[in-house]
Amino acid sequence: MRISLTVNGEPREADVWAGESLLTALRDALELPGSKNACEQGECGSCSVLLDGELVCSCLVLAAQADGHSVTTVEGLADGEKLHPVQRAFVEAGAVQCGFCTPGLVVATAALLERSPEPSDDEIREALSGNLCRCTGYVKIFDAVRLAAGTMRT
Amino acid sequence: MLTPRSLDEALRLKSERPEARPIAGGTDLLVELNFDRTRPEALLNLNEVAELRGWSRENGSLRLGSGLTYTEAMVAELAGILPALAEASRTVGSPQIRNRGTIGGNLGTASPAGDALPPLLVEGAQIELGSVRGVRSVPLSEFLVGPKRNALEPDELVLAVRLDPSGAPQTFMKVGPRNAMVISVCSLALVADRERGELRAAYGSSGPVVGLVRAPFSERDSFAEQVAAAASPIDDVRGTAAYRRHALRVLANRALDRCLA
Repeated sequence: MRISLTVNGEPREADVWAGESLLTALRDALELPGSKNACEQGECGSCSVLLDGELVCSCLVLAAQADGHSVTTVEGLADGEKLHPVQRAFVEAGAVQCGFCTPGLVVATAALLERSPEPSDDEIREALSGNLCRCTGYVKIFDAVRLAAGTMRT
Repeated sequence: MLTPRSLDEALRLKSERPEARPIAGGTDLLVELNFDRTRPEALLNLNEVAELRGWSRENGSLRLGSGLTYTEAMVAELAGILPALAEASRTVGSPQIRNRGTIGGNLGTASPAGDALPPLLVEGAQIELGSVRGVRSVPLSEFLVGPKRNALEPDELVLAVRLDPSGAPQTFMKVGPRNAMVISVCSLALVADRERGELRAAYGSSGPVVGLVRAPFSERDSFAEQVAAAASPIDDVRGTAAYRRHALRVLANRALDRCLA
């Protein structure tokens, strides 16, 4: 079936089969491989995107359910060559090791700071509880979230 | 893939294609699809049916649309009316899962581990089921007929949950290896309903279905024991039957302390 949706602000169309996840459609048909495919069961968060502005696991949304809706992926955060403040903070804080979880964490962090510009550590923990990182131990990721929050407020 | 735009259309499609699997948030069904554990002949996408969304209050009685998400159940006004449901919702998955997962999905899946079920059971929830034949109401205790089995007829959809909020002190607790992304080892919702002079507890992941235990306030001292005795847990990968019974006793005592403080 053919779906029409808005991806990162642009109208797009894709051919998908009825049981296909939004993640597969994004990565294959729409050629946006930023959202990562790891657990395919909503446990790891590396496929996190915004669906109509809400943080979701794109592996748990049917591509066909996104028909007529708006999706923002990690590719849609930067402004051309200019990185999103959250992306810049992840680089500056060294919150990246293997990098596989990073797109999901960046999208989840952007969603958090949009809603809560000055999050407490507990709020950060809760907001990122659906995103697994097996390299960093999360310390640098927390540093990056606080750094991004600081730069986005000023 | 069928995507109805109204409730009438959804019920008509379900009656024409009873084999179609309803899908709302997709947090259960997509896992099955992604791992090729199921290949339904048709899918019925309920996301565009506005009538299934949100919640309302009519003459003191509460109606939760089956499309109500866990995130919505955590928001202030509803959380004040059904605090145990809000607590249970906070323990579901992660923000990503709570933004998509719905209480209707918890009812449709009918897992004994469904976190929304114990808080709804202690509040005497009735489940509103609809089809082209009409609407019927079934008590939650009768809706849940076995592990992952419910009383839905093939042409029916879960429309809503109806209940009269007790307004009584209540809480939800859950045992699991971490705070997020956990299927409960066991769970408990408890209401100390002084108006009716009754304690009610519902346990999850401790029997084939979520079970309800009621006792008068005068039996407070033995209530935790009654809850543990009523459960019929099994040994599985998440825990042993003996541990679950023990944990239910501990949770019930803690919940009583919390609700009667």
